[in-house]
Amino acid sequence: MDILNALVVFLNFVFIPAAAYGAQLALGALGVTLIYGILRFSNFAHGDTMAFGTAIVILLTWGLQALGVSIQPLPTALLALVPAIALTAVLVLVTDRLVYRFYRKQKAAPIIFVMASVGVMFVMNGLTRLLIGVNEQRMDDGARFIIDVRTFREMTGLTEGLALRSTQALTVGLAFVVMIALFWFLNRTRSGKAMRAYSDNEDLALLSGIDPERVVRLTWIIAAGLMVIAGSLYGLDKSYRPFNYFQILLPIFAAAIVGGLGNPLGAIAGGFLVAFSEVAVTYPWVRVVGYLAPWYDPGQGNLMQLLGTEYKFAVSFVILIVVLLFRPTGLFRGKSV
Amino acid sequence: MSDQDAVFGNRGNRDLSVVNPKGRGTIDGTRRSGPLGEGRAGDPFLIGENMTGGYGKGADILHDCTIAVEKGQIAVIVGPNGAGKSTAMKAIFGMLNLRQGSVRLNGRDISALNPQDRVKAGMGFVPQVNNIFPSMSVEENLEMGAYIRRDDIKPTLEQVYELFPAVAAKRKQAAGELSGGQRQQVAVGRALMTQPQVLMLDEPTAGVSPIVMDELFDRIIAIARGGLPVLMVEQNARQAMMIADKAYVLVQGANAHTGTGKELMQNDEVRRTFLGG
Repeated sequence: MDILNALVVFLNFVFIPAAAYGAQLALGALGVTLIYGILRFSNFAHGDTMAFGTAIVILLTWGLQALGVSIQPLPTALLALVPAIALTAVLVLVTDRLVYRFYRKQKAAPIIFVMASVGVMFVMNGLTRLLIGVNEQRMDDGARFIIDVRTFREMTGLTEGLALRSTQALTVGLAFVVMIALFWFLNRTRSGKAMRAYSDNEDLALLSGIDPERVVRLTWIIAAGLMVIAGSLYGLDKSYRPFNYFQILLPIFAAAIVGGLGNPLGAIAGGFLVAFSEVAVTYPWVRVVGYLAPWYDPGQGNLMQLLGTEYKFAVSFVILIVVLLFRPTGLFRGKSV
Repeated sequence: MSDQDAVFGNRGNRDLSVVNPKGRGTIDGTRRSGPLGEGRAGDPFLIGENMTGGYGKGADILHDCTIAVEKGQIAVIVGPNGAGKSTAMKAIFGMLNLRQGSVRLNGRDISALNPQDRVKAGMGFVPQVNNIFPSMSVEENLEMGAYIRRDDIKPTLEQVYELFPAVAAKRKQAAGELSGGQRQQVAVGRALMTQPQVLMLDEPTAGVSPIVMDELFDRIIAIARGGLPVLMVEQNARQAMMIADKAYVLVQGANAHTGTGKELMQNDEVRRTFLGG
């Protein structure tokens, strides 16, 4: 019984939240890695574009809610995703046309694209402020729980309860579907292969008759889709505050680099690795240990927490540094050798 | 690479955790094509006539250079290092700015087309280096060659595999893992997949062993005998002239000698300066 209770505590406080967070990071890192692989720079505007896309989702969701549209038990935000992706795609395409295309035409050094993306980040940040402000917003509706603590306790008779929020299940499920679709697209379709070809060798892609500008547009559209989905899932699961999206840029980059930049599979693995480490290091393990080793007394007030939650970003930093020191190509072979 | 890379000693561009310079292109992909023009009566199948120009805003490399290839023939461009052989090839393919001259293919003036559209117009080009997609499989490389085609590519795929049996055995392997000679075969195969009307090869035998080189030459002759005109730049002048229906000797970006391969082989000056006696 105690082992089961420990397992339930672990699932409830570590595994499920980390899996949902990992899925969000993985989607974000996929976008970063795609832009790195094909457009050849790390997109610092990723987090803030996610914030902007999510702001559109929230506004559309409010509109739908006001109209009385609902798809119970799923959150209404899912309906708003598609038009929001389209609008965000238009925004990033306009950004590309106004900013990045200029440098592409000049064959500018990639580091210049990185710096330009920092500028775009500030602009996106400002646009988000204008659109929705800096405060916390909520958009979740629909069923809150798939399993709640009380039902779980009554069902199993265990002391500890397990809660599975619908947004968590939705996050993992939708992320899984999106990842499969992306892999299918990149490995099986003509356009997806053209994107990989462009990533491998730009000039030869052009000499094969592939229109480079079309590849660039396609990449931005897919990246916009990934950004809005990742951002909305994060907003549904936690809550929406634009500043948080700037902050998760670090774990997203860490995930992409840990997995191996330019490698989509690595981005997914990296996302989950960073998320699980972050949650595991900042979780107070005293209750789990209490069930597993009741004879052990950690002492009064010892929560057995390695780091306070306010230090969670340090975890990404440490992982990043360790990987860059010992395996700079990332866990999966990326393009950064 | 652009001028900007040299700024600050290329710092920052080497930090591969933020930038990915691998596989970067040098051709401006944003350029749009201009209109097609009229060809001239009595033109060869492909001709780059009186071409003068250089890269970007730099000095002219080509000076009034003319290169042509007739249907069913092999034309080779030879000359000393730095003579502008590859540049002439690139000029015909629209990769540098021509200040003068025109490029005409199959009765149309294609001087204003960008390289992508020249591929669609029926030109196939195999660059000297970086001529494969290293992380993609051999088969995917060939599929990318057929990117512009919408019909069934299976028969062409089989033809290419028949021509190059060595790569057929490795169709699922990443092209970057192949040997130098096999890579060249994949590169030529990729260009053939487009079903071009003219095939342009930039030093196809560079860096491969003599045996592989002979084999590649055999294949190229086979391709040309099949009716596909071939224009190629070659370092091995003697061997190239042996198979050439027409040979161009370039010196400092200008035509120095033109004739059939046999004629030039017998020309004393050409022998002395390029063929070593």
